[in-house]
Amino acid sequence: MSEKVLLDYGSGGRASQRLISQLFLGNLGNDELNRLNDAAELAVSGRVAMSTDSFTVDPIFFPGGNIGSLAVHGTVNDVAMMGAIPKYMTCAYIIEEGLPMDDLEVIVKSMAEAVEHAGVLIVSGDTKVVPKGAVDKIFINTTGIGDIIVDPAPSGDSARSGDAVLISGTIGDHGLTILGTREGLDFEAEVKSDSAALNHLLVRLVQELPEVHVLRDPTRGGLATTLNEITTSSNVCCELNENALPIRPEVKGGCSILGLDPLYLANEGKFICILPEAHAEQALEIMRADPLGQDACRIGTMTDANPGKVVLVTGLGGKRLLGMLEGEQLPRIC
Amino acid sequence: MSFELLEKFRDPELCRKLLDKMRGELTDELRFMEVCGTHTVAIFQSGLRSLLPEKIVHLSGPGCPVCVTHESEVNAFLDLAGNERVILATFGDLMRVPGEGRRNLKKAQADGARIKVVYSPFDTLKLAKENPDALVVFIGVGFETTAPTIAGTMKMARRQGIRNLRVLCFHKTVPTALDALLSDTAINLDGFILPGHVSAIIGTDPYDFIAEKYGKSAVVTGFEPLDILQSLNQMIEWRNTGEAHVANNYTRIVGEHGNPKAMEIMYEVFEPCDALWRGIGMIPGSGLEIRPEWEEFDAKKEFGIVITDGPALKGCKCGDILKGIKQPDECPLFGKACTPADPVGPCMVSTEGSCAAYYKYKLD
Repeated sequence: MSEKVLLDYGSGGRASQRLISQLFLGNLGNDELNRLNDAAELAVSGRVAMSTDSFTVDPIFFPGGNIGSLAVHGTVNDVAMMGAIPKYMTCAYIIEEGLPMDDLEVIVKSMAEAVEHAGVLIVSGDTKVVPKGAVDKIFINTTGIGDIIVDPAPSGDSARSGDAVLISGTIGDHGLTILGTREGLDFEAEVKSDSAALNHLLVRLVQELPEVHVLRDPTRGGLATTLNEITTSSNVCCELNENALPIRPEVKGGCSILGLDPLYLANEGKFICILPEAHAEQALEIMRADPLGQDACRIGTMTDANPGKVVLVTGLGGKRLLGMLEGEQLPRIC
Repeated sequence: MSFELLEKFRDPELCRKLLDKMRGELTDELRFMEVCGTHTVAIFQSGLRSLLPEKIVHLSGPGCPVCVTHESEVNAFLDLAGNERVILATFGDLMRVPGEGRRNLKKAQADGARIKVVYSPFDTLKLAKENPDALVVFIGVGFETTAPTIAGTMKMARRQGIRNLRVLCFHKTVPTALDALLSDTAINLDGFILPGHVSAIIGTDPYDFIAEKYGKSAVVTGFEPLDILQSLNQMIEWRNTGEAHVANNYTRIVGEHGNPKAMEIMYEVFEPCDALWRGIGMIPGSGLEIRPEWEEFDAKKEFGIVITDGPALKGCKCGDILKGIKQPDECPLFGKACTPADPVGPCMVSTEGSCAAYYKYKLD
């Protein structure tokens, strides 16, 4: 293989074939994908959850993962948040001419590890190479489907007054890592992305507790924005307890320096679980039994006090609005 | 400072004691101004606003550097964003600040302008070296907190022989603005929560006139709830005994005479000038401009930029808000024609802006 990805690799000719057979099938291949038909033949019936996402993260490599593993985790998690078992994925690469072949190989291998761990098959794919400058290094789109195993499926409009609000672990890790790596900032303590596939934990949770009302992963916009979406859809109020929010000291420190709020930073390996109060403790036990949920805790309660709003009860016992993020967070002057 | 230590300044039990003390000693209304936008945000973020007695009236002052940036200064840097020679370097705060016709740097960037958000003015040195064919222009907005670092960057650029760096200097100084506010009889104030960051550079001496000339109290204050509550209690106590003082309640960061080294660097490169403040107008001697000896870095000279006053935006009450005459939600545009998504003025988009804080945090 040459050192860089050339436009030839997207031509559809022999170079493309070599790339597909050696790199993609070599790492991601399975009985269905290896057939290289125009479409995959799948056994799907009943209620199915389907989700698509495009990954354009900068930088493409970061502590705790890279764009390849992230593209799997993001879509697997989105499908699993519907109370579904993710089964199949598609994956489309758009690669900038000149990307080092070694980088592409690392990304594909990391994607292969992620699908294996998640127990998902990539059954259809696409590769395009575009001229330099047309995209930034590499973009990946993934689509996933899975069987919904609970009825009704958890949904953002199903939160009810009196429900407990749980989080599966610490928040802000991924967002701060990406920002710090992008800007070349050295934090005193190491921060790394929490990118992970949550499907096994989520499946256990909904199998044992089908009463779960809402499951959501607080990705872009962070915990605060995701909770605002839920309170708006469900027309209830979320009272969050500031003292209970799990945030690593190094994330707090990094955010403090940059003037950012960890509540608005993206997470890629955490989920919010909203369910009737009576099941809260059992849900926490299930979550804490899994390494990906070991720091799970209760962070708030749904009430009918301020419908559609998220209210933060501060460490001092005061209350304030926790609104939705407007645009992206920007570092401040002083 | 470690977070463990900071947590001590957020101790709920101590805060409750100070709040109880305040309620016991507060006989009538206390109108104080938190000069610095970070204090406004801290009062909301900590939930203090919902816990303070109703007789405590807090007014937001002209201490958000973005908010006091004059319309013509905003238009000047937005005009530069269209210049093909220029890479604009800025702190993130300015990206969404609206200028004439509600244009802003975000929109300019989408139109192709080269704009780089930097975390430190020193980042502009690297940017200039990496782009030898471009002119890197740093937007120098801020108070005494940021000016020394920018002066230091210019000194470093000269030492390194960097010739393609310019600074668009719109710096302003805080004590002169407070003097102008206190001399305005329309403004009814009992005291100031003085800015912690600015004071770390200038110390407390430049504020002495507040007690001596105007008989008002002022306390240099940190940004934790206990800092703020202690300063308010001090001012209540002095008012009850008919005294007026300027005190430093942030001794863990602010020395009596500030940071002489930073001041020296700042005044080596900059000199005082008259400056236009948004919503307030011209305040003599309240700005900083680049000294003639450093004019090779002066973007105003390079591009012939002249800052002129003009009519205020129709309906926008930011002048009254920055002077503590009106609260943000008393502006007729607040939350209607002016929101963070579509702001009329910078007070609605700056992270330290009082209107943004009210919109973002106020529950009722």
